[in-house]
Amino acid sequence: MGRSPEGDGPGVWRSGLTLAVLAAICTGLVAITWQLTAARIAGNEQAALERSLEPTLSGVFYDNVATESLLVIPPPHDLPGTEPVPVYRVYSESEPVAAVFVITEPGGYAGAIRLLVGIEYSGEVTGVRVLSHRETPGLGDLIEASKTNWLEQFRNTSLAAPPRTEWAIRRDGGAFDQITGASVTTRAVVRAIRQTLVYFEGHRDFIFEAAGEETTEQDE
Amino acid sequence: MSADGNTGGILASGLWDDNPGLVQLLGLCPLLAVTTSLVNGLSLGLATMLVLGCSNLLVSASRRWIVSEIRIPMYVLIIASLVTCIELVFKAYFPALDASLGIFIPLIVTNCAVTARAEVFASRNPVAPSVADGLAMGLGFALLLMAIGAFRELLGHGTMFYRLDMLFGGDPFTGLVLADGGFLLALLPPGAFFSLAIAVAGKNALDSRRRHHIGAIARQSL
Repeated sequence: MGRSPEGDGPGVWRSGLTLAVLAAICTGLVAITWQLTAARIAGNEQAALERSLEPTLSGVFYDNVATESLLVIPPPHDLPGTEPVPVYRVYSESEPVAAVFVITEPGGYAGAIRLLVGIEYSGEVTGVRVLSHRETPGLGDLIEASKTNWLEQFRNTSLAAPPRTEWAIRRDGGAFDQITGASVTTRAVVRAIRQTLVYFEGHRDFIFEAAGEETTEQDE
Repeated sequence: MSADGNTGGILASGLWDDNPGLVQLLGLCPLLAVTTSLVNGLSLGLATMLVLGCSNLLVSASRRWIVSEIRIPMYVLIIASLVTCIELVFKAYFPALDASLGIFIPLIVTNCAVTARAEVFASRNPVAPSVADGLAMGLGFALLLMAIGAFRELLGHGTMFYRLDMLFGGDPFTGLVLADGGFLLALLPPGAFFSLAIAVAGKNALDSRRRHHIGAIARQSL
């Protein structure tokens, strides 16, 4: 390795070649690992999705596979955020029962909060869960169902009960509990659920009747 | 860095004398960010330890072919592919853990402790001591992460072993509840700095006491 400075010409080639060979080996290593784990990872993701949908459809009876009835609502739409919104629809004997919206609410304290909002055909909330967020540990993350039961208060609510004007946290004169120290977070969640309910009210038939084929065009 | 070749010396160096977190203050970003619970700290510690052991193995095994001018890019390539493989394995076998540690698994690539051990130790020593060094350094780092995680979890949450199921499977485990509520600051970023400061100060205090003690014995024997 102790080469004279004049040896720069071949040295560069040697360095380049060494790096190229190493890069090829490393890429191969990653490719093999990916091959070995890909199926399992896909299975995990599917299972995780099914598991996460479950609590948002509590008390709802349906006979189709929720993850197979995906509809993606492309922007622009009147739902929170500007991203495409996936909706999982469940039916019983082909009659619409409920839908779960995957909402990306942009107004969290630290970026977007991804929520699952389950809504029954009648317009009642069947359950809300947080998919991901970057809220402050110990404050904003208390919205997670594994930490507190804050999200439980939304079950069975609708635009009628509480009345539309009371869809806010108590601090803003609304009907919902906030979490002390996490007003921004809880406000964002309440707003997102309300907006989803309003959208659902106006587009209910479209949501349940839209063909599932539309999902194949989307790469969600 | 005192690496006297024998396994005992390597272990002592990794765990205490040259502990990457306590003494070299390397890898502070993950150390401060993920140690909100014992399980998080332990898991990232184990992942880092695995990377350190494997990267030292690979670097040491290929040290003959390493061209000194481009050794850093070569280390980065080796370490980055290793970490990618480990991330895939985590996604496949510990999905909950992967979700919990998030970006900090891929970010092991940027943990200076890994590059530092490749440069300082593995590139100049045979395979066996290099692996021992990587594992010892990793263990030292993991123990520190675990200790800080346990400390912050206990203080901030009042629990212990919260979400242990992420490592060993089973039903979601809410942890042993040892106290009601907690001191929130411990879980926030400042709490991480305070905890690390306490750990470093504690180590220095122990060391200086030991030195004092040895000095006293030496004086007596004169």
